[in-house]
Amino acid sequence: MRYLPKSPADREAMLRAIGARSIDDLFAPIPNEYRLNRDLRLPRQMSEPEILEWFQKCSRENGKGLPSFLGAGAYHHYRPVVIDTIISRGEFLTAYTPYQAEISQGTLQSIFEFQTMICELTGMEVANASMYDGSTATAEAATMAMRVSGRRRVVMARSVHPEYREVLATYGQHQDMPLTAVGFGENGRVKMAELERILGEDCACLVVQSPNFFGTIEDVPALAELARSKGALLVVAIAEAVSLGIVKPPAEADIVAMEAQSFGVPLGFGGPYAGVIATREKYVRQMPGRLVGETRDKHGKRGYVLTLATREQHIRREKATSNICTNQALIALMANVFMTVYGREGLKELAKQNLAKTAYARQHFGRHGKALFDGAPVFNEFVLQTVEDPYVINSRLLEENIVGGFPLKKFYPELGNAALWCCTETTTRASIDAVGAVLARAQTAGKRRPEPEPEVVR
Amino acid sequence: MSQVKKATRHVNQNEGLIFEKSSPGKAAWRLPPLDVPEVDTADLLGEAERADLGHMPEVSEIEIIRHFTRLSTWNYAIDLGMYPLGSCTMKYNPRINEAVSRFEGLANGHPYQPERISLGALRILKTLTDCLLEITGMQAITLQPAAGAHGELTGILLVRAFLQKQGNPRKKILIPDSAHGTNPATAAMAGYAVENLKSNSAGMVDVASLAAQMNEDVAALMLTNPNTLGVFEQEIHKIADILHGKGGLLYMDGANMNALVGKVRPGDFGVDVMHLNLHKTFSTPHGGGGPGSGPVACKNFLEPFLPVPVIVTKADGTLGFDYNRPQSIGRVRAFYGNFGMHVRALAYIMANGPDGLRQTTEDAVLNANYIRKGLEGVYDLPYKTPTMHEVVFSDRVQAKKGVRTGDLAKRLIDYGFHPYTVSFPLIVPGAMMIEPTESESKEELDLFVDAMKSIAEECEKAPDVVLEAPHSTRVSRLDEVAAARKPVLRWKP
Repeated sequence: MRYLPKSPADREAMLRAIGARSIDDLFAPIPNEYRLNRDLRLPRQMSEPEILEWFQKCSRENGKGLPSFLGAGAYHHYRPVVIDTIISRGEFLTAYTPYQAEISQGTLQSIFEFQTMICELTGMEVANASMYDGSTATAEAATMAMRVSGRRRVVMARSVHPEYREVLATYGQHQDMPLTAVGFGENGRVKMAELERILGEDCACLVVQSPNFFGTIEDVPALAELARSKGALLVVAIAEAVSLGIVKPPAEADIVAMEAQSFGVPLGFGGPYAGVIATREKYVRQMPGRLVGETRDKHGKRGYVLTLATREQHIRREKATSNICTNQALIALMANVFMTVYGREGLKELAKQNLAKTAYARQHFGRHGKALFDGAPVFNEFVLQTVEDPYVINSRLLEENIVGGFPLKKFYPELGNAALWCCTETTTRASIDAVGAVLARAQTAGKRRPEPEPEVVR
Repeated sequence: MSQVKKATRHVNQNEGLIFEKSSPGKAAWRLPPLDVPEVDTADLLGEAERADLGHMPEVSEIEIIRHFTRLSTWNYAIDLGMYPLGSCTMKYNPRINEAVSRFEGLANGHPYQPERISLGALRILKTLTDCLLEITGMQAITLQPAAGAHGELTGILLVRAFLQKQGNPRKKILIPDSAHGTNPATAAMAGYAVENLKSNSAGMVDVASLAAQMNEDVAALMLTNPNTLGVFEQEIHKIADILHGKGGLLYMDGANMNALVGKVRPGDFGVDVMHLNLHKTFSTPHGGGGPGSGPVACKNFLEPFLPVPVIVTKADGTLGFDYNRPQSIGRVRAFYGNFGMHVRALAYIMANGPDGLRQTTEDAVLNANYIRKGLEGVYDLPYKTPTMHEVVFSDRVQAKKGVRTGDLAKRLIDYGFHPYTVSFPLIVPGAMMIEPTESESKEELDLFVDAMKSIAEECEKAPDVVLEAPHSTRVSRLDEVAAARKPVLRWKP
């Protein structure tokens, strides 16, 4: 086996040194009756070219390189080359969690920079080293709000990513966390009147997403004011991090739960991504996950360490703020490099291009369907209602080698034939125009059939 | 320092924080020209428009490469040498894993793209699923959990859902005193109380205490096997029987699965549900703390409760996701888990095959026993029970000179090694938990044993050298107390 650095003679010499007759002696503690006396039924040992070929075939059968209008919590942005150059360095790639600070300063300082940039972008005062993804960050932000407020009920907007909502429900089911939903209005934003009724003195927090699942930017200051008036915390989830380049940060929130995938992390069929929790300084001791802090060594030299570990499972065990141990460090490093490459001006310009492409597509597609949720700004996604079923439209688009928007029927049946379309800086005008042409044909085809105009129920 | 054979001091570059290099007008990016009309952002966003991006850095590309390259040289890594952290399984991370995970169709696949253009990803998930079921001897699996602790939560939620369906979710989880901290933290997140289970003098579960503590309030026992002492729980069948006899379930923490692959299968010794750590046993890189992946495998009676979606073979023979699972515990994560880690783990399994995996396990156990033999008599071995893939010594002898496990660990750094796991498991005062993995050659192990012996000698002759260690790193011991007392968690201008 090519990964094993021992010759048969080495093994013999080591067994002799130990005083064992054969390797089986060392497995004697395992009761005989349970030992596996056959080969595992697995693919035989393969060479490098065979493995490459097997995965190349898989790659070819996985929509390789098709232009796509899918977003919905996973975004295709250009990834600067230097990201992979840097994360491929063995010293980052093959290091463990930086518990031994003296020989982990590289990882520790980069996390400290990551925490700083997340604070700058979100308007929060502290950020952690990472969570698994945006969905678990959101769930753990809600349980954190329960600890901070001493209250139990969580109110969550239906315009939060449906899978984030499912994860929060899973996390909360045995935490004595009653969960209430609040709907969205004509403009796609949280319905304020309904929220006013629902939000009570028993609420730990209000969870919203901005831009929300429909791409609509929520009125965070107004939501914060209403939450505060009831003594509840405001948790703002961000699934599309690039929005922070041009959209005002949710500085009025108490906790921000973010997905950093847009910052240079490949789509990778859904993972690995990187979640982050950011909050106010006064809540830091209720935060889950690792934190890096600055300190000095005995000669007064600046250095970095993992800190406030008394929140964590290896110290507090069942009283810890979370069971999280392994997080998404290398993915956070990708995001860190991405933020460093684009920086203060680049992120703004990048976000502007997303905005422009989306505005163009929304206007263009709107001629062949109804762009829903007018009256509130969107970032790089929008909902288009069509006469024809979006699955049918998507099939037609796929014939032209384009992946269409995300049909919303599964999660929002009340929106009828609606789909969520996403444009990023990588979306070309040519592909938008090509979709427009297919939508135009669909519209004509739809009109020939006596189908009732889909009703919008909210 | 004359006896240090593995490492030599070498100049490394100083480097400040990236913010300290920033100045307006520098840039490392360029966007293609916009091919659609420009927009008036104020007009589109109104009140929601952002004014500026504060102190985000402005630097050039060469500065970025140098910044991170310099930082990287301050890290220790498996690529540099032995990384004997106990229960962490710091094995070689094969580079073909990285290559295949970056193939365009896999790296750029969108989780919501239609199933008919996702056949490659689905085949990878299905093949990995089949391999892991064969390796564990279990019957059903989810790949959704993102790490070991996340897998634990998923597994205990499965237990709870099953018991709930029987009519009573029960109240508590039994956890041995040698367990990793994630176990009790997980039990609490699943709404259970934690009851400690004492180990016996051999470092194993005390079967008599288990029998006494087991009752109808106990939902499950969370057991690591081999346990954190590197000891195989020989009475595992009795343990399983005691639990099952009172309607409880046996959960296995698979952190130490590297001692078992190809030799014995948890499904064959009474385990009902377990998680695997693909970032330990199956070679996906630790990346400075993650990402991991924590698949959960279980017996058929827990299958209906697995998180949505599960991968299925449809009537027409094609693969797809099944979301219609009314008894599911729900989702534990968006999408399908850390797919990129699934790709890497499968590449590792293919590179090994059944013979390679068995040889890997044998070498891992051989290496741990070789270290045990080399250091027995030099360091105190609190439990003489046979060692599997890791061995736990204590600082009892050296503590008499005032040198503790943490000091010994820091001194090991000067000898060119990453320390072992310090002060864990908690049942061993002054624990030194050493897991070499299969990735170390006899030469590297000999250097390690020499280094440990040399440090033991220093404890006798010049304990201050050890107490002040490390001496060769760019920073000396850092003030952790000050860091926690007045936390500085971000840079400020």
